[in-house]
Amino acid sequence: MKIEGKRALWREYQKAIADDHYFYVRSCVRQTFFPGAEKAFIEIMKNRLGKDLYEEPIHTTCTGIAYHSDIVPLETTMTVVARQFALMTENGYENLAVSCVTSFGVYSEVLETWHHFPETEEKTREMLWKATRREFKKPANVAHASDILYKFRDQIAAQAVYPLINRHTGQPLRVVEHIGCHYAKMFPHKGVGGAEYPYVLVGMIESWGGEVVDYPERRHCCGFGFRQYLIQANRGYTFSNTKKKFDSMAPYKPDMIITNCPGCPMFLDRGQYAIAELEGITYGENGYGIPVFTFEEVAGLVLGFDPWDLGLQFHQVAVEPLLDKMGIPYDPAMKYAGSGGKFIGSPELPEVLKC
Amino acid sequence: MINWQFTLHPDHTINLDTNDRTLARLLEEKEPTSRICMACGSCGGTCTAAQFEPVSFRHILLMVRRGETESVRSELTKCMYCGKCTLVCPRGVNTRHILALLRTMLIN
Repeated sequence: MKIEGKRALWREYQKAIADDHYFYVRSCVRQTFFPGAEKAFIEIMKNRLGKDLYEEPIHTTCTGIAYHSDIVPLETTMTVVARQFALMTENGYENLAVSCVTSFGVYSEVLETWHHFPETEEKTREMLWKATRREFKKPANVAHASDILYKFRDQIAAQAVYPLINRHTGQPLRVVEHIGCHYAKMFPHKGVGGAEYPYVLVGMIESWGGEVVDYPERRHCCGFGFRQYLIQANRGYTFSNTKKKFDSMAPYKPDMIITNCPGCPMFLDRGQYAIAELEGITYGENGYGIPVFTFEEVAGLVLGFDPWDLGLQFHQVAVEPLLDKMGIPYDPAMKYAGSGGKFIGSPELPEVLKC
Repeated sequence: MINWQFTLHPDHTINLDTNDRTLARLLEEKEPTSRICMACGSCGGTCTAAQFEPVSFRHILLMVRRGETESVRSELTKCMYCGKCTLVCPRGVNTRHILALLRTMLIN
């Protein structure tokens, strides 16, 4: 195939990403388990990239977790989403920047539903008015936060202090990229690269100096699956999925994993602890795990943020082996320092997984 | 040792073309609500017997639907037929009747 033909095909896998003036909505899971990630994103957007990004303190959950657990009906979800849009409209924004992959899927699903069934949009507008006396305009652009950092990946690379290079060998770090299912598997045209060739994280990794690892179960779910995790008796399904991914990627000896979904790093990170305790298996070097990061955390590391300011001490799998490979300095004494540098106590260490 | 309340499942293939699903079809004829279970687990959450014995309506029905009935025989003997699972079922599945039917068909 001629290169023009390939480019024409690839254009179908691109999406429009707004250039500036974002209304930012947070993720329930990300701000709970990786609180430094969203802080880093806001810092990068405002102070490193000079973009206008606004966060409304009274915005709420998108209901995603409850929606996918079948305890909130679609009509309620649509009304809550409409309220988020109303807050965006009231603050004079029209570009929605979404932190969570599941929220991104929910917003996309609601907008598609309204497009194909206009009566549901009218009904939602009526319910929102009755409940809150608010009105809204639909966003001109909906982008996941990873889309936005993907768009500005080369600007971040230009400011890079610690590229994704192994300082000991001079070779690119071997990086596994993991895309959240709700990013493009629901609506392929809404993700960079679609569902088949998601390029959003690959673009960042290549731009920042790393090497992408391809492995058989690359597009497999992390195992979250909502109901299968939320019901304790079903969690065996979750970690069986997680184990399947790790068994598949381990022979390729990745240095790190990057994810764009808030749930995936939670399950790929904590999952390594669960698998180690249940099966006695670890996947990293010398009894350690494979460090798992959100894309914001990696962007922060590349830009030279302090690892503990990024909240990397919240991770189950020790991040120090990777920091050493990248040559990032850190103070072990400050890992569990609270405000004012006071030691707040360290967590109990697991028996099998070395941390 | 941590009690995780779950275990990892080894890779497993369920061949619905070769498995004998006669029991599931018979059950659907005699108690049609067996088709509408969505495996939410409310039944297991309220089950008194499950606090003491390994028994789960959700698991039993899943295995019967797959045609893998051998593993459910012992579970069926643990049910006390108190009916709490039927009361809490959000979809109106007649769980108590299903368990009684399965016990009749598989054990008695």
